[in-house]
Amino acid sequence: MKILVCISNVPDTTTKITFTDNNTQFNNNGVQFILNPYDEIALARAIELTDGGNGTVTVINVGEASTEPTIRKALAIGATDAVRVNAKAHDAWYVAAQVAAYVKANPFDLILTGRESIDYNGSKVASMLGELLDLPSVSIIKKLDIDGDNVTVEREIEGGKEVLTTPLPIVAGAAEGVAEPKIPNMRGIMSARTKPLTVIEPVGVKTLSEIISYETPAPRGQVKLVAADDTAKLVDLLHDEARVI
Amino acid sequence: MPVLVYTENADGKFKKSTFEAVSYARAIADQNNTNLVAISIGDVSSDQLIALGKYGAEKVLNVSNAKLKNFINQAYASVIADAAKKEGADIVVLSNSFSGRGLAPRIGVKLQAGVADGAVALPEQTGKFTVKKTAFSGKAFAVVELTSINKVISLTPNSYKVVENGGAATVEDYAAEGNASDFKAMIKEIVRSTDKVSLPDADIVVSAGRGLKGPENWGMVEELAGLLGAALACSKPVSDAGWRPHSEHVGQTGIAVSPNLYIAIGISGAIQHLAGVSSSKVIVVINKDPEAPFFKVADYGIVGDAFEVVPKLIAAVKEYKASA
Ligand SMILES: Cc1cc2nc3c(=O)[nH]c(=O)nc-3n(C[C@H](O)[C@H](O)[C@H](O)COP(=O)(O)OP(=O)(O)OC[C@H]3O[C@@H](n4cnc5c(N)ncnc54)[C@H](O)[C@@H]3O)c2cc1C
Ligand SMILES: Nc1ncnc2c1ncn2[C@@H]1O[C@H](COP(=O)(O)O)[C@@H](O)[C@H]1O
Repeated sequence: MKILVCISNVPDTTTKITFTDNNTQFNNNGVQFILNPYDEIALARAIELTDGGNGTVTVINVGEASTEPTIRKALAIGATDAVRVNAKAHDAWYVAAQVAAYVKANPFDLILTGRESIDYNGSKVASMLGELLDLPSVSIIKKLDIDGDNVTVEREIEGGKEVLTTPLPIVAGAAEGVAEPKIPNMRGIMSARTKPLTVIEPVGVKTLSEIISYETPAPRGQVKLVAADDTAKLVDLLHDEARVI
Repeated sequence: MPVLVYTENADGKFKKSTFEAVSYARAIADQNNTNLVAISIGDVSSDQLIALGKYGAEKVLNVSNAKLKNFINQAYASVIADAAKKEGADIVVLSNSFSGRGLAPRIGVKLQAGVADGAVALPEQTGKFTVKKTAFSGKAFAVVELTSINKVISLTPNSYKVVENGGAATVEDYAAEGNASDFKAMIKEIVRSTDKVSLPDADIVVSAGRGLKGPENWGMVEELAGLLGAALACSKPVSDAGWRPHSEHVGQTGIAVSPNLYIAIGISGAIQHLAGVSSSKVIVVINKDPEAPFFKVADYGIVGDAFEVVPKLIAAVKEYKASA
């Protein structure tokens, strides 16, 4: 079984997000970049599914050379090999078009992404890939099992869940529950240095969207503290002042 | 060129997030001096379809084909993109619900449209067409310009008010099939917990964390939520420990919510938790530690022991309800 895992390089959740140039540029300065947490889950499931020589796991990233430490991390965790499409990840459409071009030339049995990248939270790449490859896609899955040529996934719906089954290949976006992220061990880290990382040039794609500026949420006012024995006051405030009950 | 809005239903019923999407799409149609066409797929009663007019839809395309009764994103995307082409719509609006997220990007590819996912405000159309959306897990907003001719916008639930000032909509039966290759995925099972308020749609959310010590103490949380008509939520360690189901876990790795009121009980307010709740309109925090980070993003707070405060709050809510 050949599995492709799409990985993105994102700012660590705990870093403070700031912008420069009149809020038009994301400030990279001092920001720690990590492998997107959901992509770690996708990768972990891919490694489980190919355990014991039962296939290969390729990771692909659309990014400039600065993303290579994150790609090496994925190799250290256990991916077989890696591909970097040498281009700035302009938007989800651009990324999906690059990955789709690669997959058309190099077919896979299963294509996994994360449910969303924690920077732009788009949840778009999986469905766009599905569309470009004319394959079923499920953008947020909580579980994935393979049985022969079929795959069964569980997805969340408002107030419940849905179980779907489809023949392989499929594109799916992994979320919590699909697998536990794996931590690279020493052997993994050593072997990651020599595992193949192929750099390919992008295909020409017209972009459809562009981020032109950023805003930070309006700061909340100072918290209003209510005494622990005066819950009636809190109810009044929620009714009269906040008007939420 | 009209605006097309997809009106999602759950088990044949429209939800609040659908009315939000229609109201939002109506406002976009008004910005462009054009009509609003809605498309509904599945078994929805004609009363409900006509009532979409209240929120501003002039015409409703009703697709009721047994093959399309259940949501299959691939097929629904084909139907909606075809309808957009037939109606000549250049803007397609839908809710950024779980299903909407699997649908909008596919429609975008079919229409070669830029996709603004998770919009939180109306677009601005002054020369450039820009949409504000959430980014960095609630820590910022990004303003995205859609540079394509066609545009797809998915609206974050609870971020646009339902507006009712229209009349009745005309309903047309609309024949649609999807493509043969759209039906590879099959639904085996749908499990809905209908008795509870669905978390992503809820106006009020009552959430509790590790401060509650154990699952046996959730009775008071459930009682408070029941009184307020609220959905239940919890922090990640709580669902990891199996005290509550994973479907209640909110935050960066769980569900993102933006209710009018979020009440956090015994939750410290770690950044990963805040990522999923910080866009709530009003936040109330109950925590015995005055230094808990959650107080920094709260509107109202009570420093105190949840085991004393929550029962008193329940009593106060009961009293308020009795007098209202
Ligand atoms: C990659 C990653 C992703 C994560 N994703 C999420 C996520 O999506 N959602 C999430 O919630 N967490 C997430 N976490 C975990 C997060 O960092 C915190 O560990 C978690 O939110 C803490 O949960 P808590 O507040 O319930 O527990 P604690 O941090 O243990 O806080 C308990 C709080 O209860 C208070 N308390 C104790 N007793 C009482 C009492 N009797 N009355 C009142 N208050 C009391 C304490 O003062 C304390 O503030 C993630 C972590 C990582 C590393
Ligand atoms: N630059 C990228 N290169 C490869 N995969 C990516 C890239 N950006 C996003 N992805 C994948 O797409 C998923 C969803 O991203 P998004 O649609 O941006 O939220 C991520 O979890 C990754 O698996």
